[in-house]
Amino acid sequence: MTALYLLDLVLVPAILLAACTAVGTRDRFAAVVSFIVYGLLLAIAWVRLGAVDVALAEAAIGAGLTGVLLLGALARMGRRADEAAAAGPPGRTLRLGAAALGAAVAAGIAAAVLALPEPAPQLSGAVAEALPALGLGNPVTGVLLAFRGYDTLLEAVVLLLALLGIWSLAPDPAWGGLPGLRHRARPEGVLAWLGRLLPPVGIVVGLYVFWVGADRPGGAFQAGTILAAVWILAVMSALVEPPAVRSLALRLALVAGPALFLAVGFAGLGLAGAFLGYPAAAGWAKPLILLVEAGLTLSIAATLALLVAGTPERAAG
Amino acid sequence: MSAWDLFTLAAVAAGAFFFLAGTVGLLRFPDVFTRLHALTKADNLGLGLIVLGLLPRAEGVFGALKLVAVWLLALLAAATVAQLVARLARREGDAGA
Amino acid sequence: MTSAATLYGLAGAALVGIGLYGLAVQAHVLRKILAFNLIGSGVFLVFGAVAGRGGGAGGGDPVPQAMVITGIVVALSATALAVALALRLFRETGRVTLPPDPPAGARDG
Repeated sequence: MTALYLLDLVLVPAILLAACTAVGTRDRFAAVVSFIVYGLLLAIAWVRLGAVDVALAEAAIGAGLTGVLLLGALARMGRRADEAAAAGPPGRTLRLGAAALGAAVAAGIAAAVLALPEPAPQLSGAVAEALPALGLGNPVTGVLLAFRGYDTLLEAVVLLLALLGIWSLAPDPAWGGLPGLRHRARPEGVLAWLGRLLPPVGIVVGLYVFWVGADRPGGAFQAGTILAAVWILAVMSALVEPPAVRSLALRLALVAGPALFLAVGFAGLGLAGAFLGYPAAAGWAKPLILLVEAGLTLSIAATLALLVAGTPERAAG
Repeated sequence: MSAWDLFTLAAVAAGAFFFLAGTVGLLRFPDVFTRLHALTKADNLGLGLIVLGLLPRAEGVFGALKLVAVWLLALLAAATVAQLVARLARREGDAGA
Repeated sequence: MTSAATLYGLAGAALVGIGLYGLAVQAHVLRKILAFNLIGSGVFLVFGAVAGRGGGAGGGDPVPQAMVITGIVVALSATALAVALALRLFRETGRVTLPPDPPAGARDG
């Protein structure tokens, strides 16, 4: 038994404890905070599984952005007593039934996990074989942008669809207007100070994570999340206003990445004989992938930031 | 085991001790302000010691600079959030346990 | 002794169970959304752990990793849409819980 396995034996119960607190505690604020703690612990678990790219995504998106979303909604809905509290704790029958259901499903999945053959069938060999043709060093980026490019293209479109869904919930007077409520912060306060200090650092870190993603853990999604977080911080500290969602510049930024991806995909029809194919000639694939990733980073940053900003609630001035 | 390994071991162990102390403070101190004090002071020092211990193992100068940058950013975040939490607690008069 | 990857796979299975319990028991919509996210990340963990067996730490299979990253981003967009719907429900009706299902017969009428 190695020391790292001991870490696993401590980490797994800690993750489960945080999850149980997030589900079980009475206080909703404590539940969301536990969920954020859970996400950060889960990111360490992904590092232990050798998936550093996933760990970055889980920490930034699963814990960070989801946590901000839930905390913001909680603040809007109020922590005061309401019908959820007035109804009292759920009935004993419901709790026992739900516990039985949860335990049964968990046991079924656990049995399936234990029944799988060892060692697992792997695709890493195939990826390692094909990766040099792309000129990339990070196999995960290769899978995301080339080998399973369809998934990533459709994912970028799913993000846009979700944003359209959120915008379409706007009441008539605010249609096409500014998302979210006006944020207030004392202009000389510590939040405004952080909002001024951190964006330059955050932009550099975001661009670095995008650039390094070709060869090491990182890439468009993690970089886009960091850039989105910088913008959200600037909005929260009341230094900038979110743009009206009918703004043309904003909409161009949102579709730039998917549009570029599609264009490169169609170019692949002519150059490589397949949609989303990259030309086989040495040295062509990497610049194209970096181009698509640059567009995606911009669009993902804008989309994630506006997903968190929410439904338009103020008419455009 | 080289002298650098011993240095890493000692610094990381000292850092872990400060994290432990900060966590005990979080659990045992009576109100928001003292808990914040325990967390930010002890954890920032603990993280600093861990970064110090890892410096000899960093990949070149840039790796070391990245580690230091992580520590500085964590310091900044902890200091800011501690201010904001303390301000809110004072305004809401919610400083008790 | 189970391998580290299998251990995390079992943890993922438990997380799905915990999330299902929360989804059924909690009435507040935000708590339901949170529980749904727990189920999702539990599924990701099972997926990643199943793929990480044998390879262990130090790389693992990049294909499932890329798919989990895709999944995490899609989960966020679904969560954002759900939160927006919940806020609209709250603004329209002042409710923070879902209205009860109509009886089965009422839907056909």
